[in-house]
Amino acid sequence: MKIKNLIITFVSAIALLISTSAISFAKVVGDKIILGAAVSLTGKYSSNGVHTQNGYNMAVDRINDMGGVKVGGKTYKFEIIYYDDESNPKRAAQLAERLISQDGVEFMLGPYSSGLTKAMAPVTEKYGVPMVEANGASRSLFTKGYKYLFAVLAPANLYLDVAIRTAVELNGGKGVNIAMAFEQDAFSQDVRLGIVDAAEDTGSKIVIDDKLPKELNDMAATLAKVKAVKPDVLVVSGHTKGALTAIRQIAEMKVDVPMLAMTHCDAAKLSKQHGKNAQYALCASQWHKTLTYKDDFFTDGMTYDADFTKMFDYAPPYQAAESSAALLVFKDAFERANSFDQKKVRDALAATDMQTFYGNIKFAPGGQNVSKPMVLFQVICDSSGKCENKVVAPLKWASAKLIHPVPKWSER
Amino acid sequence: MDLLIFKAPILIVQASMDGILLGILFALIAYGMALQWGVMNIINIAQGDLVILGGYIAYFMYLYGIHPAWGVIVSPIIMYFVGIGIYKLVINKVVDRDLFISILATFGISILFMQLMNFAFGADVVLANSGYGTTMLFNNSVVLPNSKIFAAIISIIFAIGLVIYMKKSKLGRAIRATAQNARAAKILGVDTEKVYAATFGINAALCGVAGALISITFTIHPYMGLPYTIRSFMIVIVAGLGNLPGVAISGMGLGVFEEFADYILGTEFRIGSVFLLLVLILVYRRFKLSRKREYLK
Repeated sequence: MKIKNLIITFVSAIALLISTSAISFAKVVGDKIILGAAVSLTGKYSSNGVHTQNGYNMAVDRINDMGGVKVGGKTYKFEIIYYDDESNPKRAAQLAERLISQDGVEFMLGPYSSGLTKAMAPVTEKYGVPMVEANGASRSLFTKGYKYLFAVLAPANLYLDVAIRTAVELNGGKGVNIAMAFEQDAFSQDVRLGIVDAAEDTGSKIVIDDKLPKELNDMAATLAKVKAVKPDVLVVSGHTKGALTAIRQIAEMKVDVPMLAMTHCDAAKLSKQHGKNAQYALCASQWHKTLTYKDDFFTDGMTYDADFTKMFDYAPPYQAAESSAALLVFKDAFERANSFDQKKVRDALAATDMQTFYGNIKFAPGGQNVSKPMVLFQVICDSSGKCENKVVAPLKWASAKLIHPVPKWSER
Repeated sequence: MDLLIFKAPILIVQASMDGILLGILFALIAYGMALQWGVMNIINIAQGDLVILGGYIAYFMYLYGIHPAWGVIVSPIIMYFVGIGIYKLVINKVVDRDLFISILATFGISILFMQLMNFAFGADVVLANSGYGTTMLFNNSVVLPNSKIFAAIISIIFAIGLVIYMKKSKLGRAIRATAQNARAAKILGVDTEKVYAATFGINAALCGVAGALISITFTIHPYMGLPYTIRSFMIVIVAGLGNLPGVAISGMGLGVFEEFADYILGTEFRIGSVFLLLVLILVYRRFKLSRKREYLK
């Protein structure tokens, strides 16, 4: 009997502990709005996971410092509960479940990468938890009819669309020959679909369509084909490893192609590893510091760039900028909803129409941001070997003229 | 598109050269695996991770302004001791157990290495530039990066060096004796414990060389090890244990096969076709074996 009593006491003590801790973590405590986020702090996405977290943190600090969020005449401050999803989709889904049902979080921020967002979205949807995500661009996220998922970034199929259209324009409106090499992952294949659509639209022809393995580190066969076929545009998407491999092997194999367009390339990284070999590559980007969008919190891209660099000691990649923008969207939605009711906040999010330093944000019914175009920049190096991203499209923000066609290797 | 290779026959030369150069490099990794599998009866799942670690050594030399080619000397020396360390800590406890235990143990080491490398070096993809330029053949229609040629030559030098070492040196003879019959070797005074440690060290050193070469020809990343393990496993399976010339031939053969599969079937079937080949070879082996048995009856 004594043991039984002891067990009952023990169990109820634990139950009490859990319930009180759940209360202390609930959505809004005192003057705090608690957001939940699972980001990749370890594992293969950890670099971009950290950019995501830094972007979130910077926006939280900024919004809190500038007066916080005003709901119902009271001022609240943001706070984020983070977990490490280990770059693992299964873990991300578990953590979403945990954040919602154990920690009592009622509003979520997205993880890094399409794959992980895809794993978490069904969970947040099931509980009716609004999630604003900034790093999942895969088209399939927006075709499932999710009601509580909002992405501040442009969907993946638009990444390199502008490159094809530019090439066609430079070709006098006539279709071009396109060679494609895409990694076999959700994101890159979506980029591929975008190119297929753009090709159809412009009367262009796809002459090479290679699907590269996930552990891609050798594109020699694809590039040999490119050398033989001589397309007008070569499009490569395979995360950072794809961009690095492509630049290395294009230089080594002296592949001459009038236009090289890629995703996941950043001049600083590319030129650090490849020097001037990276020059003339076109890179699709969600954001660039020279864009002239403005908001009250970060002023504009240049200021954001400077502030971020001061805070974290490196220049913000677009992954950080879009993550910061997610918080601005949440703040705006809370204030317009003037409530913490999840349905009301969701409806306010759906009605978002605002400008941030990162770009205009307005969500389509599928949840993707349709009012912000992708930008295309070209890696341009000066004679000292220092390389920079120069925006070349859309023309409104172009800070340099597109160099086309890319000079042949024999002339460089 | 599939028939591009027949429209432009020069691509056959390109594909064959690419395949052979790639195959030689893979054969070096497989060579280490075959050695340690034959001597210790251990299938080392962490093989690829040792390769990547070797690559990081060359990469860091490159970062500090030393030409990464020196990595092929420095990396194996460091990796030899890493290998001995792993042996003393883990492998010597599983070396006499069945194959399954050693697979589990090395699988664990592999995961640990991946996470440690990620922790220490970060998750960015990196590479070291050799600045070796390019060789153009046949009126510029076949291009071979010199870094790949360099990698193949270094691999061959190390492989030949090791064969000679195995034949002539005392330790080499002891290793071969242990591979043939560990018990008999022990009775005849061979310190098998030492032989095992040295074998694991030599394997790790070979991985170090290969890693340094990979950092200057391809890219390295903490989570990129497994494909190298699988590839070397396949080469060893195709060649058969204890068949060192076979490893070289099957390495190159698989390399060429892979390149041609890419041209003929498409890039997405490249890896798949290699696996299919593996299955066919295993089925064929089994078939041959069963016929032999009947004959013996």
